[in-house]
Amino acid sequence: MAGRVEGKIAIVTGGGTGIGRATAQRLAAEGAIVTITDVNVDKGQAVATELGGAAAFVQQDVRVEADWQRLMDDVARRHGRPDILHNNAGILSTSPQQWLADTDMAQWRAIQAVNVEGVFLGCKYGVAAMSVGGRAKGGAGGGAIVNMSSVAGLVGTPGAIAYGASKGAVRQMTKSVAIDCAKKGLGIRCNSVHPGIIRTEMGNAVMDLGGGDPDRKWAASIRNVPMGEEGQAVDVANCVLFLASDEARHVTGAELVVDGGLTAI
Amino acid sequence: MGRVAGKIAIVTGGGTGIGRAAATRLAEEGAIVTIAEFDAANGQAVAEELGGDAAFVEHDVREEASWQNLMKSVADRHGRPDILVNNAGILATNNNQELAVTDLEQWRAVQQVNVEGVFLGCKYGVDAMIANGGRAKGGAGGGAIVNMSSIAGLVATAHLVAYGASKGAVRQMTKSVAIDCAKKGLGIRCNSVHPGVIVTNMGNQVMGMGNGNVEANWEARLNLVPMGEPGQAVDVANCILFLASDEARHITGAELVVDGGMTAI
Repeated sequence: MAGRVEGKIAIVTGGGTGIGRATAQRLAAEGAIVTITDVNVDKGQAVATELGGAAAFVQQDVRVEADWQRLMDDVARRHGRPDILHNNAGILSTSPQQWLADTDMAQWRAIQAVNVEGVFLGCKYGVAAMSVGGRAKGGAGGGAIVNMSSVAGLVGTPGAIAYGASKGAVRQMTKSVAIDCAKKGLGIRCNSVHPGIIRTEMGNAVMDLGGGDPDRKWAASIRNVPMGEEGQAVDVANCVLFLASDEARHVTGAELVVDGGLTAI
Repeated sequence: MGRVAGKIAIVTGGGTGIGRAAATRLAEEGAIVTIAEFDAANGQAVAEELGGDAAFVEHDVREEASWQNLMKSVADRHGRPDILVNNAGILATNNNQELAVTDLEQWRAVQQVNVEGVFLGCKYGVDAMIANGGRAKGGAGGGAIVNMSSIAGLVATAHLVAYGASKGAVRQMTKSVAIDCAKKGLGIRCNSVHPGVIVTNMGNQVMGMGNGNVEANWEARLNLVPMGEPGQAVDVANCILFLASDEARHITGAELVVDGGMTAI
C-alpha cells in the first residue's frame, strides 16, 4: 500500500533529535525521501543512517543564508524539487533564566535568530525551491511547509519571554507565507503546529529553565495538562505528517494545536 | 491496516455532503460506520454503498429519544462506540438570515439542530463511550468526538446571523466537553472542524441565500479563498479522519480550520 507521502521529497530541519527526528521517521515510514538537517552532525547523521534508503543528512545552521542555499542546491542535485519542508529547528534559551528582567539583548537575539530568522529563511528558500517547475510556471509542482510554533505562540509565557515571542512570530509569519503562496497560485501550503508539553530534550530544557527540580516541574506541568499526560514526539510528528500530506490539500494558514487540552481552557 | 481499523463510528447527517464523505473515508480506513440521518433514502443509500457492517439508523438530532434509540442500536450491534462525528446541521429555514429579517422561529430552528443536536450528541456520545469498559471504570475504553463547526464560528457572518452563532456555540462547547472528559480521565477527546467554502448541497444553499444568483455568488465567494478554489467534501472528511484516529491521541479541545486560507487573512 502506498504511503501517505509516497515518493515526496522532504526536508526536516533539526531532524537529529526530538520532534524533528520523529517527524523524519514518520515521513519516511509513509514513503517520503527525507533529508535531515541539523547543526549537530553526529545526531543528524545517525537519523539518516537509521532511516536508510535514500535518506540523507546535510549539516545546516538555519541562521545562515549560505547554508540554506547549499541545502537547497544539494536536495535539487539529489532529488529535484522538494515537496515538503518542515521548519522544525529551534532553541529554547541560551541562559538559565528568561524572565523579562533577566533577558538581555544577546539572549533575545540569539533566540530570534534561530527560531524566527531561521524559519523566515526556510520559508524563503523553501518556496523558491518548491516553485521551480511549479504551478505558477505551468508545472504540476507545489508543496507543503509546516512550521514549528508552540502553545507558547498562543498564550503568555512569562518565564520564556523571548521564546514565546519567537513562536508568536512563527505563527503569524506562517499565515502571511500561506496567503502569499495561495494568491500567487504556487500550489504551496504553509501551516503551523503548536505542541504543548512534549517529552523531548527541549521538554527537559523547559523544565530546567528558571531553576528548581526538573522532575517536580515535569510533574507539575503534566498536572496542568487536562488529559493528564504529556505528549510524545510522535504525536506531534503525526500532525506534521497530516499537514504535509495531500489529505490536507485545502488546509493553509491554519494552526494545529497538539497539547492535550492545555490551551482549550 | 486502516487508520481507524475496527473502530465503531457514528456519523450524523451521513447521508449527504461532508457527512457522507466522512462516513466513506472512515469506512475506507477500516471503521464500522453507522450513518445516522434524518433523510431515510439518503442515509440508507450511503449505508448500502459502504456495504459490510455499515448500517443506517433514522435519526433526528433534536430529539433526545432519537439519540437513545441510536446509541441502543449501536450498542446492540457493535458495543461501545469509538468515534462520533456530530456532523448534522442546517443553514437556514428561510432564504434570508440577516439580522433584521431573522425571526425567533428561524433562530430557534437553526440552534435546535446545530447546537442542541451537538449538545445531545456529546452527552449521549460520551455516555455511550464510557459504558461497558471505559477508562473511568478501569477499562481500556475512550473515544473521539469530532464536532462540525465552520469558519462561520470564527468570524462574522452578517448574512447568516443564526448559523454563525450556532457554529460559535459548537466551537466553544467542544472545548468544554474536551476539558470535562480529560479532567475525568475518560480517555475521550473532542475537537472541532471548521470548513470554509466547500462544494456540497449546503454550499449551494449558502450561495442561494438572499435570492442571490447561485453561480455568481460561487464565483464571488471563490475570489475570497486565497487558494482560489473551493474545498471538496473529502478534504473536510480527511480532517475528521485525522482527528478521529489514534494519531491525534494528544489533540483535544482543538480546532482544525480547512478553508484554503480564507480566515488566515
